Amino acid sequence: MKILTLDKLPLNITAKIYSLNCDDILRRRLLDLGLIDGTKITPIFNSPFGDPIAYKIRSSTIALRKDDVKNITCIITL
Amino acid sequence: MFCFLGLIFWLTITGANYPSKMLSNLFSCIEIELLKLFNFLNSPEWLTGLFIDGAFKTLAWIVAVMLPPMAIFFPLFTILEDLGYLPRIAFNLDKYFKKAGCSGKQSLTMCMGFGCNAAGVTGARIIDSPREKLLSILTNTFVPCNGKFPFLICIASILISSFFTNSFTSVLSALIVLCLIIFGIFMTLIISRILSKTILKGAPSSFILELPPYRKPQISKIIVRSIFDRTLFVLGRAILVAVPAGIVIWLFSNISINGLSILSYIANFLNPFAKLIGLDGYILTAFILGIPANEIVLPILLMGYMNAGTLVGLEDYSTIGTILFQNGWTVITFINVMIFSLLHFPCATTILTIKKETNSWKWALLSFTLPTICRYFNLLSYKFLL
Amino acid sequence: MGFTNSTTDFIEYKNSFVKKNEYDFTIALAGNPNVGKSTVFNTLTGMHQHTGNWPGKTVSTASGFCKYKDKNFLLVDIPGTYSLMSNSEEEEIARDYICFGNPTLTVVVVDATCLERNLNLVYQIFEITKNVIVCVNLLDEAEKKGIKINFKQLSEELGVPVVGTTASKPKTLKKLLDTIYNVCTGSITSNPKKVIYSSVIENCLDSLEEKLNYSRLFIKMDLFKINR
Repeated sequence: MKILTLDKLPLNITAKIYSLNCDDILRRRLLDLGLIDGTKITPIFNSPFGDPIAYKIRSSTIALRKDDVKNITCIITL
Repeated sequence: MFCFLGLIFWLTITGANYPSKMLSNLFSCIEIELLKLFNFLNSPEWLTGLFIDGAFKTLAWIVAVMLPPMAIFFPLFTILEDLGYLPRIAFNLDKYFKKAGCSGKQSLTMCMGFGCNAAGVTGARIIDSPREKLLSILTNTFVPCNGKFPFLICIASILISSFFTNSFTSVLSALIVLCLIIFGIFMTLIISRILSKTILKGAPSSFILELPPYRKPQISKIIVRSIFDRTLFVLGRAILVAVPAGIVIWLFSNISINGLSILSYIANFLNPFAKLIGLDGYILTAFILGIPANEIVLPILLMGYMNAGTLVGLEDYSTIGTILFQNGWTVITFINVMIFSLLHFPCATTILTIKKETNSWKWALLSFTLPTICRYFNLLSYKFLL
Repeated sequence: MGFTNSTTDFIEYKNSFVKKNEYDFTIALAGNPNVGKSTVFNTLTGMHQHTGNWPGKTVSTASGFCKYKDKNFLLVDIPGTYSLMSNSEEEEIARDYICFGNPTLTVVVVDATCLERNLNLVYQIFEITKNVIVCVNLLDEAEKKGIKINFKQLSEELGVPVVGTTASKPKTLKKLLDTIYNVCTGSITSNPKKVIYSSVIENCLDSLEEKLNYSRLFIKMDLFKINR
């Protein structure tokens, strides 16, 4: 078990959401997308310039910026 | 991504040649018949001139030149849209938009802007942060809408076909148009950055965008809809604008005071201002008269140069090129005209939409002055560099 | 991609002249972005709202008519939204319509390939209105991914009628029309099973409702806002 921020999660590794420490508006948005404690999340590809990363969340693909996911922590079970 | 866009431009330019020629042949046949009819009715010469050389020719010109590129470009673009490619563009470019202090979703509104800047402005509702929404609204005009777009294609084709006559012409024209679009995107980013450092201060907010799976576009449906919705609508608008514009311009160029036509008077008056930014009086006149619809700029320009007050047929881009070169155009003039057109202020509909979306005349006014300032700044600096 | 009658506000303008007595029921089409609401709308009304495969294609409401059996329906296509606790203007338009537009029936279009996330909005709409139909769209795509949906069980869990459709194939929408007709005429009832909160919260809501003489719905809406 390892807790890390979401931006550090390598591609194609599935983790579970541990906490959302982002500002209120972003937090609300993420909750609306079904991103709650324990939701599985997998980074699946990077933008060609590296920044937004596409995540698989509840079988849909959502792009998030690195700056935004820095405040999200997740758990990998090894 | 840019290759994709370039490919679309190339297909548009190559594909549009044939229907353009067909349409222009068709219109010249109709013109001959109309002439016969007017002669048969013994109509006075000025009336024939007004209707055939003024109204009908302008209309024929616009339809033959402007319609085919649009009829090809928009279905192609809609296919990309139905495929689900647009969010990927936003995803790919977000990093640069973030650096400019705005949202990656702005690239979605810019894509809408290709169809119509007013639609792009309304589309900005998808952006959450009010600040970023304003940025997106104000910079939407840097995307050439379907009024400016065929004009750019046309000028690019004329420029290229006066130098080369081989099969690469359409590739080169496509490249020029592509460069202009990239220049437009570049301007958008710079202006967004300047605005977000000055009057619209603030850090970029969060960006969440769902990337839908690629779906197979319903191609037959797209083609039918593009023809019925867009092409016919554009055609209707062209008729509404072109006929009165043609009449007014014919009058301007045929009524002469002391041996000089009104058009020449206006052009001579504007000449010093125009020369300052590397254009000439006629070009500026054409752009000013073209405010109601950018489509009519080129016909006005040609009428002005021909002085006879009639339009040449468009059998060949290189003939038009020759006329332009005879009137003192250089490659630099061509480039200036293209930049001028790209950074032209938004049309009346767009300004009204901006007013409606932002609830203030202040922003609408800014959207009008912003491109104008940029344009003069660009052209001036460009002139001094050379 | 715009620049047609619909983008130049022609439709909005036309709609303001729709008379009340020209239709029997108002049906709102709600749902997450990009689940095919506009395609359902176009197929049912025979109109040609622009559709596109990206979230945010529809940014304002559009309405159109649809006649089925002996009744006339006014269909309202509203912008896609992930939730009613709106953030952006287009979502606000959606929320305002569902909350205050008073449709007879709200059809919530959901994406069969990511049903779970879509149900969030379904439950939020349950808080506002009683007459709800869930329309599970994009069945063809779900099938390709090997997803099978048990409509009967889903309907029992939610307490409302559930219909499966593939909006690009008009035939599959017949059952949806049937269900809309039946709910509107009262031969089927929908009893949404709302989320029951813990007794503490429910009690607080009850007393707030009583003291403020204020509908429970709006209390919840305000709470949503505070939460945001």
